[in-house]
Amino acid sequence: MKDKVMHPLVELTIARIKESVREPEMLFWVFVFPILLAVALGIAFRESSADTFRIAVEESTGSKGVMKLLLPSEDIEPVMLTSEEAEEQLRKGKIDLIIGIDQIYNVRQEGDALTALVFTYDETRSNSMAARMTGQDAIERGLGRKDIVSIRDNRVETPGSRYIDFLIPGLIGMNLMGSGMWGVGFALVLARTRKLLKRLAATPMRRSHYFLGFMLSRMLFLIPEVAILVVLGRIIFNVRVSGSALDLVIVSILGSMTFAGLGMLVAARSRTIEGASGWMNFIMMPMYILSGCFFSYERFPEFSFPFIRALPLTALNDALRAVINDGRPLYAIWLELSVMSVWLILSVVVSLKIFRWQ
Amino acid sequence: MTLNKKEEISRKQVESNPSAIVCSGVRKYFQEVRAVDGVDLEVRKGECFGLLGPNGAGKTTLVEIIEGLTKPDAGSVEILGYFWGTGNDHAIRERIAVQLQETQLADKLTVEETIRLFRSFFSRGHSVEEVIILGDLEEKRRERVHKLSGGTKQRLALACALVSDPEILFLDEPTTGLDPQARAKVWDAIEGFKLRGGTVVLTTHYMEEAARLCERVAIMDHGRFFAIGTPAELVASLGARDIIEFNVHGNLEADILKDLPGVKAVERKNEGYILKVLSLDVSLPALLSAVEQHQAKIGHLLTRQATLEDVFMSMAGGSLSDER
Ligand SMILES: Nc1ncnc2c1ncn2[C@@H]1O[C@H](COP(=O)(O)OP(=O)(O)O)[C@@H](O)[C@H]1O
Ligand SMILES: [Mg+2]
Repeated sequence: MKDKVMHPLVELTIARIKESVREPEMLFWVFVFPILLAVALGIAFRESSADTFRIAVEESTGSKGVMKLLLPSEDIEPVMLTSEEAEEQLRKGKIDLIIGIDQIYNVRQEGDALTALVFTYDETRSNSMAARMTGQDAIERGLGRKDIVSIRDNRVETPGSRYIDFLIPGLIGMNLMGSGMWGVGFALVLARTRKLLKRLAATPMRRSHYFLGFMLSRMLFLIPEVAILVVLGRIIFNVRVSGSALDLVIVSILGSMTFAGLGMLVAARSRTIEGASGWMNFIMMPMYILSGCFFSYERFPEFSFPFIRALPLTALNDALRAVINDGRPLYAIWLELSVMSVWLILSVVVSLKIFRWQ
Repeated sequence: MTLNKKEEISRKQVESNPSAIVCSGVRKYFQEVRAVDGVDLEVRKGECFGLLGPNGAGKTTLVEIIEGLTKPDAGSVEILGYFWGTGNDHAIRERIAVQLQETQLADKLTVEETIRLFRSFFSRGHSVEEVIILGDLEEKRRERVHKLSGGTKQRLALACALVSDPEILFLDEPTTGLDPQARAKVWDAIEGFKLRGGTVVLTTHYMEEAARLCERVAIMDHGRFFAIGTPAELVASLGARDIIEFNVHGNLEADILKDLPGVKAVERKNEGYILKVLSLDVSLPALLSAVEQHQAKIGHLLTRQATLEDVFMSMAGGSLSDER
């Protein structure tokens, strides 16, 4: 039997890892939840460009003619609906475009089969916009439009630019933030409320060893945490890591340490779990939204970019995307790495200063 | 003078000095609460010293000041020849061990893992195996902490304190809330440590515990010491060895009882009296004839030896087990 007691730093790290692994809730949030999220979002936001457009033709005189013009196009799936049905389905997102016959205009043109159409769609939906172009194209072609230039469609799927490619690094970043802050912050506050910190302070344990133990255990834990999303992304969605694996590890470690440091800061003085949870959510919530986990922060007004980029999660997400999607080397993301380092150093220095052992 | 020389001299002082701990004028207020209000104390090497007092007496605050966990507002604490905060804290911590009131160890670790972790903090001490035996924890070694009973948890806490084979062991209410059997096991472990020559500082509000384990006891309330001495000395200071308690139906004045032979003190208690007497042989027959003479009736007569509880009551007024 190995009874040799090892260096306190090693023992603290091992103890910390054992504690984490024996926490089923923790395992769920760190390993199962991100996978579920990736799969759910990956399916929900599957690129629909390969799909056909669903175009409704409003029932009226002349609508059969329109149907006939649309049918030959591979990209269009036309249906004939009454105008009420069509409007309802458009509202529900089941169809992309309604083509109506402009009756008033039509009457004036004395029953001529087809002179004016009304395209009804929601211009904020990119699919509707594309359906409009495709629909118009099909109708004009059917009526004998001559193309001025001939365009051949060369359809390729470019991994690295799909939503899932954007999503996987964001989920890795989000996961590293959650597990870093909760894993460290929660454990520290719990140890304080249970007077375990005070008990440890009564031993000759080096206080730096205690915190380093947390950092080291996070560093080891991050390997499966990151690997699971990377591997799953590769297998299910064919998301490739275009940069070097080593760079990915380095970025992940720095990100993880940064959030472990922030967790330490939140836990530095809290005397209650509730108080600490409040602070954690207060810090993490805005970053979930602003830092580009699920959608790009470039949708926010431009003046806010400098602030958003100064957030640690934005820096981590941007760095992860640079390595995973764009295959950029570390020196190209020095700014993101610096932002994280500053947060890390600040939070560790401040929390060591104000840390409460009792 | 070099630091090493200084250290050498203070170590020599320790060796010639039989005191493990010397406190003088220690004071700690929390706003208006005078938790420790001027305490002088000397604990000798090899003795078990008890702090006996009710909840809120200031025992924990005092002990944590001695352990270097709380800074006193005033006064000095010398421990193993050193003072806290003079660059020797690490050296002191290597040589003392602390069991805090109400510490909950990590739930998810096993008994053995917890002991291992604590052992790793000290540069010398027992092996993990030895400590498991000292704490009588062989059967529970692979059990996780949250599954342990109160008594086993307390023995584990004690074991974690014993890992370094310390010179001074501080125990803050080590048996509060335990059933008699669990308490006896903890006492065994403490007695084992005493037999190996260790110094113990123990707080308790159980007078049996203090009487059984401690060579000397300080009675504490409201942050102050009311008395210090061996349990026997303290009981003797009452001037009475026995106690007679009874209920009265009818007329029996305290004045009459006070004048009975051998009676040192009379206290009213609900429907009767408590008499502190020098000896039962003298006072009990006298009491009975007084009862007959005054045609009173007594019931629930009970005699017992005086205890530290009686000492506490006569000095501080109130009971040790009072919750406040
Ligand atoms: N950190 C603190 N802040 C404020 N009051 C305290 C604190 N610690 C102890 N006290 C008060 O000091 C008094 C002594 O407490 P304590 O030393 O815990 O007594 P004991 O251990 O004898 O029960 C109590 O009135 C308690 O409420
Ligand atoms: Mg106490």
